[in-house]
Amino acid sequence: MKIKQLSIFLENKEGRLWNSLDILAKENINIRALSIADTSEFGILRIIVQDPEKAKKILEDNNFIVKVKNVIPVELSDTPGGLAFVLKVLFNNKINLDYLYAFTHDESEKAILLLQSHDLDALIKVLKENNIKIVPSNEVYNL
Amino acid sequence: MVKIWNDNAESMSRGDIEELQLKNLQATVKNVFENVPHYKKKYSEIGVYPEDIQQLGDIEKLPFTTKEDLRETYPYGMFAVSPKEIIEVHSSSGTTGKPVVSGYTRKDIDGWAELIARGLTMMGIDEDDIIQNTHGYGLFTGGFGVHYGAHKIGSTVIPISTGQTRRQIEIMEDFKATALIFTPSYGLYLAEVAKEEGVDPKNLGLKAIGFGAEMWTEEMRKKIEESFNAPAYNIYGLTELIGPGVAVECKQQQGLHISEDFFFPEIINSKTLETLDEGKKGELVLTSLKREGMPILRFRTKDITSLDYEKCDCGRTFVRMKRITGRSDDMLKVKGVAIFPSQIEKALLKVSEVEPHYQIIVTRPNIMDDIEVKVEATENLFFDEVKEMVNIKNKIGNYIENEIGIRVKVTLVEPKSIPRSEGKAQRVIDNRNLH
Repeated sequence: MKIKQLSIFLENKEGRLWNSLDILAKENINIRALSIADTSEFGILRIIVQDPEKAKKILEDNNFIVKVKNVIPVELSDTPGGLAFVLKVLFNNKINLDYLYAFTHDESEKAILLLQSHDLDALIKVLKENNIKIVPSNEVYNL
Repeated sequence: MVKIWNDNAESMSRGDIEELQLKNLQATVKNVFENVPHYKKKYSEIGVYPEDIQQLGDIEKLPFTTKEDLRETYPYGMFAVSPKEIIEVHSSSGTTGKPVVSGYTRKDIDGWAELIARGLTMMGIDEDDIIQNTHGYGLFTGGFGVHYGAHKIGSTVIPISTGQTRRQIEIMEDFKATALIFTPSYGLYLAEVAKEEGVDPKNLGLKAIGFGAEMWTEEMRKKIEESFNAPAYNIYGLTELIGPGVAVECKQQQGLHISEDFFFPEIINSKTLETLDEGKKGELVLTSLKREGMPILRFRTKDITSLDYEKCDCGRTFVRMKRITGRSDDMLKVKGVAIFPSQIEKALLKVSEVEPHYQIIVTRPNIMDDIEVKVEATENLFFDEVKEMVNIKNKIGNYIENEIGIRVKVTLVEPKSIPRSEGKAQRVIDNRNLH
């Protein structure tokens, strides 16, 4: 249910994002989803990969700081209002999100939303109660 | 005719200076041996006694005194008189540990005033002048030292202290200050703000400027002199010895006259600790010859300079030291504040149990110093959220401010991004070109 996301510290400097992604590409690690939070000085690169532990090790061997965090993948209908619906449910249930990002998958025609919150278990509970589909982790890794 | 505050002292022949110095050195060594257990212990351990000082050169038999000695004996352990004789204390900001405390008897305060009186006179300041003293009044020695000296020569002192820059300018104009005392960087800042306020500092009618407490260059002096249209003279001193006034520049601007009746200067090689010949560049070592409250013998200042015994054109015979061109330790002076890299380390250890690699970068983009501390992110210093990263940066900034007293810019950088030489990171990058 919870899937592992890698968070990578990047300096906001030319070539740093490319460098981190290039290292993964050379080791044949495919990135399922990606998001960047950035400030003028640094950024946090968040990625979902098939084998998070392996990717973490590769990055760390190359002097990156990596943290593994759990996020919740939620399936959306890829239609207008899909995301707004989920957010309304969370708002009504007083769940604060730290961040979220989404990606669509052409073959399955699904949109997947990745959610991060202070209390993931409470988040899961609310999602379930409102019949919002949580995508099984292996499905996300292997999309 | 050049006015000399104390012609009898300041124009003594070399022979008379040395005779007086020997007499006072012998008395000081005897005094500390009898009254300061710390000295007695140190001297006894290496078997040197007051009677071993038969000529000035015998001073080399005495061990050096360092900041460590002062810290070990904090706060009052170096005082040579009973507490009731002490009428004032001052302290320098804490460096790697406890701050340094200096205690003054009434005679010490008078002596301090005398030193500054000589210095102000060297700058051509007298009883007709109005001195705006922007040095901080408080534990810092700068404010009060200048204050006492200004009283001694009978000038009017405006004890405005540091800060309130706009007000400083208003007062400068309204009170018709004829002399300013500041640190070079604050002086340049004052000039800048004055212009913003529509006041041209050139038209203030200033006679002289005394500046100190910071490293400076001839270019900075020129800039100050141009900005204020007045000659600027350097004042040197340190809390351990007394405060400002140990040495001051005369109108010749060819080095600072050390009041040799109060202090005995030596230059040593800071690695071999050997005393160097006249004119050679090395670390300045100072011995107080008249201090009652806290006599200090052979204090390693860590300041790099050289001594010139040629008689000065101003008529004074006291030796001149060149402007300070560096330090023999890793101390930095930023915005007039002494900073040791170890203080930054201490602050970082409070945030993260593992010592992160860091680098201190000092620049002077315009006229004010800027200090940035780059810290390599570690497991402990990295969080998945921007909010928490900003928190950690602020926390580091707060701890550092607590240690060194000024706000620095903190930047988190990627691991191993700070260049290492022989496995060790270069801690300080000073891009101000002060040397």
